[in-house]
Amino acid sequence: MDFVSGLRCRECGRTYPAEALHVCDFCFGPLEVTYDYERVAATISRERIAAGPRTIWRYADLLPVSDPSPVDLGAGFTPLVRAERLAAELGLGELWIKDDTANPTGSFKDRVVSVALTKARQLGFKIAACASTGNLANSVAAHAARAGMDSVVLIPHDLERAKVTMTSVYGGRVFAVRGSYDDVNRLCAELTSEQPEWAFVNVNVRTYYAEGSKTLAFEVAEQLGWRAPDHVVVPIGSGSQLTKVAKGFHELFQVGLLDEEPSVRVSGAQAEGCSPVATAFAEGTDVIRPVKPDTIAKSLAIGNPADGWYALDTIRRSGGACAAVTDDEVLDGIRLLARTEGIFAETAGGVTIATLAKLAAQGVIRPDERVVAMVTGHGLKTVEALTDVVGPTATIAPTLDSFAEAMAADTASIQRSPQ
Amino acid sequence: MIKVRIPAQLRTLTGGAGEVTIDGSSVGEVLEGLDAAHPGFGERIFDDEGGLRRFVNVFLDEEDVRFLDGLATPVTSGQTLSIVPAVAGG
Repeated sequence: MDFVSGLRCRECGRTYPAEALHVCDFCFGPLEVTYDYERVAATISRERIAAGPRTIWRYADLLPVSDPSPVDLGAGFTPLVRAERLAAELGLGELWIKDDTANPTGSFKDRVVSVALTKARQLGFKIAACASTGNLANSVAAHAARAGMDSVVLIPHDLERAKVTMTSVYGGRVFAVRGSYDDVNRLCAELTSEQPEWAFVNVNVRTYYAEGSKTLAFEVAEQLGWRAPDHVVVPIGSGSQLTKVAKGFHELFQVGLLDEEPSVRVSGAQAEGCSPVATAFAEGTDVIRPVKPDTIAKSLAIGNPADGWYALDTIRRSGGACAAVTDDEVLDGIRLLARTEGIFAETAGGVTIATLAKLAAQGVIRPDERVVAMVTGHGLKTVEALTDVVGPTATIAPTLDSFAEAMAADTASIQRSPQ
Repeated sequence: MIKVRIPAQLRTLTGGAGEVTIDGSSVGEVLEGLDAAHPGFGERIFDDEGGLRRFVNVFLDEEDVRFLDGLATPVTSGQTLSIVPAVAGG
């Protein structure tokens, strides 16, 4: 049994039953799941969670759907890695990486999709659909296959090859749209009106889907011994994950799982080629101006972010910051994380690490803070970005002489340009 | 005449029709014409200052009117205007 009390419009406050609704009929504002927190508090405990599965479903009491056998590939409970070598490079103290590359399809999207399709199945949907920049496509196709549902996935035509293959292999329908992600998104928003029997996870089931991101905060707190961090760095695509991470920490306190009211500074990370939220933050405005994205961080290339305003509001209220980094800094961020911690992140993870580095250098993120950076997707998804950036030290003949010669040349080149 | 596509959430105002045709020479005029023909649209899509509500997107053919001239964007017969809830994606 779930503890959902209904849906509520974040703009005008109108309430709705917990059905397949995603926007307020009156003002088009986004709907948010509301819970009976008193009943959750009476049921939930650290012990009950510890006895649960090592997936997001250990937090089912704070998720919008309850099902003894959810649509599940094992999303969540990913490693929280203490990053001492990276912290030393950046001049930080207690730094942790939430390594969400370890999810079943290699990104945090497995969290939201597992929740969305479990709810969609309960609501009677037979077809899973989505608009995606790639990671969501992978996850929807995989989870739909697992659940025996048909899937229809729409992606921009110019996605990384691995993301297209990782979506198509599961046997569902995949449509590559000649346009940007924002074009795909608009098409799906229109299709939702024409195909009401399809569960577009990030359109008509979005209200439930978005709640899955709270599990990032739940896990971080549990893995830190039921303590909240002081500062989290979260990448911004639509802005939904950032707002839900903040909500997650707050809910843990609300239901009695944290002893102290958390005061987590939430900072946002964007790529310069698509930085509507960082721009609004820098300019001190409330208006998120849509942009036409141009960045290698395609999974964050959302020019008109649905939750951009809420992400901005969350950042400001929490005392965090929002910064944007160049594509070169993104590549540096990917290599920095790989070189110091052995974690290979996709371009969005490069955005997070580069922003972490930037905000640390600016003194916004401080060495006295317990910091968690969300690395949300695996590097194998975006290997193209590193073509001509990294590669073999040398290509050699299978002889000792050839090896010795190449080794000597490389040693000499390192001495000429010490790192 | 401009074709206006109506999202499911607003079809109660058009008797269930997903598409209506309206006259007008700018995006704003067409949307005002829509409100005149089907009362109730205005308060749903415009904010108190007469601009588009934060979560309402309007597309002229495939382009977000915020990238054009907003409500002042000129329209010509045969074009399609789509009203789309902004809450999607990501």
